[in-house]
Amino acid sequence: MTNAYDEMWKRLDLDLTAHEGLLTVLGKFYNDIYLDQNGRPRGMEYLDFVISEIHGLRIQEITKAKSAGKKVFGTFCVFVPEEIILAADAIAIGLCSGAEVGSEHAERYLPRNTCALIKSFLGFRLARLCPFTNSCDLIIGETTCDGKKKAYEIFNDFMPIYIMEVPNTKSPAAKELFRYEVERFKDKVEQVTGNRITEDRLFAAIRLVNRRRRVLNRLNAIRAAEPAPISGRDALLINQVAFYDDPERFTENIERLCDELEERVGRHEGVAPEGTKRVLISGCPMAVPNWKLPYIIEGSGAVIVGEESCVGQRNTRDLVDEDVRDMGDMLDAITDRYMDINCAVFTPNEPRLRDIEQMARTLKADGVIHYALQFCQPYAIESVKIEQGLKRAGIPLLRLETGYSMEDIEPLKTRVEAFLEII
Amino acid sequence: MFKAGIDVGSRSIELVVLKEREIYLKTRQETSFDYVSQVNNMLNGLDLDATLVTGYGRHLVSRKLEIGHVTEIKAYAAGVRCLYPDAKAILDIGGQDTKAILLDENGRVVRFEMNDRCAAGTGRFLEIMAQALGCTVMDLAELALSGRHCLAISSMCTVFAETEVVALMAKGTRAQDVARALVRSVARRSSAMLRRIGATDRVVFCGGVARNTAVHKELEDILGTKVEVPEEPDYAGALGAALLAN
Repeated sequence: MTNAYDEMWKRLDLDLTAHEGLLTVLGKFYNDIYLDQNGRPRGMEYLDFVISEIHGLRIQEITKAKSAGKKVFGTFCVFVPEEIILAADAIAIGLCSGAEVGSEHAERYLPRNTCALIKSFLGFRLARLCPFTNSCDLIIGETTCDGKKKAYEIFNDFMPIYIMEVPNTKSPAAKELFRYEVERFKDKVEQVTGNRITEDRLFAAIRLVNRRRRVLNRLNAIRAAEPAPISGRDALLINQVAFYDDPERFTENIERLCDELEERVGRHEGVAPEGTKRVLISGCPMAVPNWKLPYIIEGSGAVIVGEESCVGQRNTRDLVDEDVRDMGDMLDAITDRYMDINCAVFTPNEPRLRDIEQMARTLKADGVIHYALQFCQPYAIESVKIEQGLKRAGIPLLRLETGYSMEDIEPLKTRVEAFLEII
Repeated sequence: MFKAGIDVGSRSIELVVLKEREIYLKTRQETSFDYVSQVNNMLNGLDLDATLVTGYGRHLVSRKLEIGHVTEIKAYAAGVRCLYPDAKAILDIGGQDTKAILLDENGRVVRFEMNDRCAAGTGRFLEIMAQALGCTVMDLAELALSGRHCLAISSMCTVFAETEVVALMAKGTRAQDVARALVRSVARRSSAMLRRIGATDRVVFCGGVARNTAVHKELEDILGTKVEVPEEPDYAGALGAALLAN
């Protein structure tokens, strides 16, 4: 079967046969997990469309922008300040790595006990299946976990990669280091794009990214309503699409969706009846198309009301201060904002426990499901302290560790169902 | 009032029918590939007021036969508390999984642990090891009890453990000593799971593997406490499901 985008994908050096297979599987998966839901908001049509064109229209848009001279930067972590990329009139794409793809390729280089996300980003590249990765002029890596750090060294043999140093504590010296890294990144982006980042442009970019964060925060706040006006799966999808869609268009569409959700809340309408068990998810990021756990949780009769995750609240809660206009002050403000993210790579990381507690209370969650990607040491180990802390606060927690493969679906269902029976 | 509980496990299906709170009927079959029809046949001719299904096959049976389902965890908690009202923890070792469940004073589940990807140390593991030793799984316990503590099986993986057993036998190690070591390894894994949930005493051991008296003895030995085993330990899940049915 030929596809209207075949030429474009060929130019991006994709493996067309394998890529078609991937899109078929993804389509079927999306159908089962998303389109079969009852009572979805009308506004989700936009997301359905974006997903149906995941490697099509958006890539076409990016390709056009590239031929007009724009540069594309790919990122793997919410610590890379998107504002700086946008201020240089370039495109920022949060690369997903949420599918078990090309793991046999990745395992030629990586140990088997490497987390699924790392295997996936190398796998997508080696199996030539991601048009986003292949559209990038530069990939921005970062020193968060050891697995990523070392895998970037390998990735660098296949694509140019630039590494930002993210410290592992929040000491004044660490903040100073990250401030330096923000400035160094700005220089790099200016050099790659050939565009100078002016104060006005940076200010505009800060406001744009903040707008997108605000709309996602608005969405997250609406989810505190009972009955829940939107499923956790849909909300996760919105958070996922935020990483690669055009920020202006995305924000507009999600504002409209939020209007619709507020009307629903006003009418006491929800996706699940009042009294449905409410679950907060906390832990590792769930990148497209990693919908496995939300599907299991909501398939077991609960509704997910929040994500304490990089694909979720950690990416949106804090805004960059908009009260400063001077270049140095704006870079300070960016540094402060990003250094407030409570990722498990930091030690100590007690503020994350407070975030989870607060979200559980605000969103009226009956329990928390802690999700660690298998072999992700920072989150898997931190979950012990999280469990102890939540126990003191009287909030039930279920710790799960899993990857992208479907082999453990049945035991996971049993655990989740048993947890829902308890809470 | 007649209430039925069905436990569709990976190796066997148990049915318990209660008349009020007394056991009226119980049957057991090996699980076949078409377990939905099997359950349907087992229920055939029974006039029931309520039915509940548990176990690994619960979703399919629930959907096809339009009956409610409950997890094994909740079902075992209910079943065990009916048999032992002061039980604080449950170890359930079935055909392919192991579960440790901690209960509060009212018999409600507080915490649980279970194996996920690997089925080492479960009933199927013992079946395969018995085969390697040239005995039946029923004889394995007796064999192990006559063995000495003189070696350890180091492999967790069923496939590697089988190879290890074969190698030990080839070296002339006594079958009863190998059996003892196998049983010890199962008990050690299970007791680690019990410790993770914080279980210390008043432990009830059930599921098919609880019929193995050697595993039971080793478990008591490692935990340093008395462990209760119901007379028919593989019916605890079905009993619990029957009690919860309404």
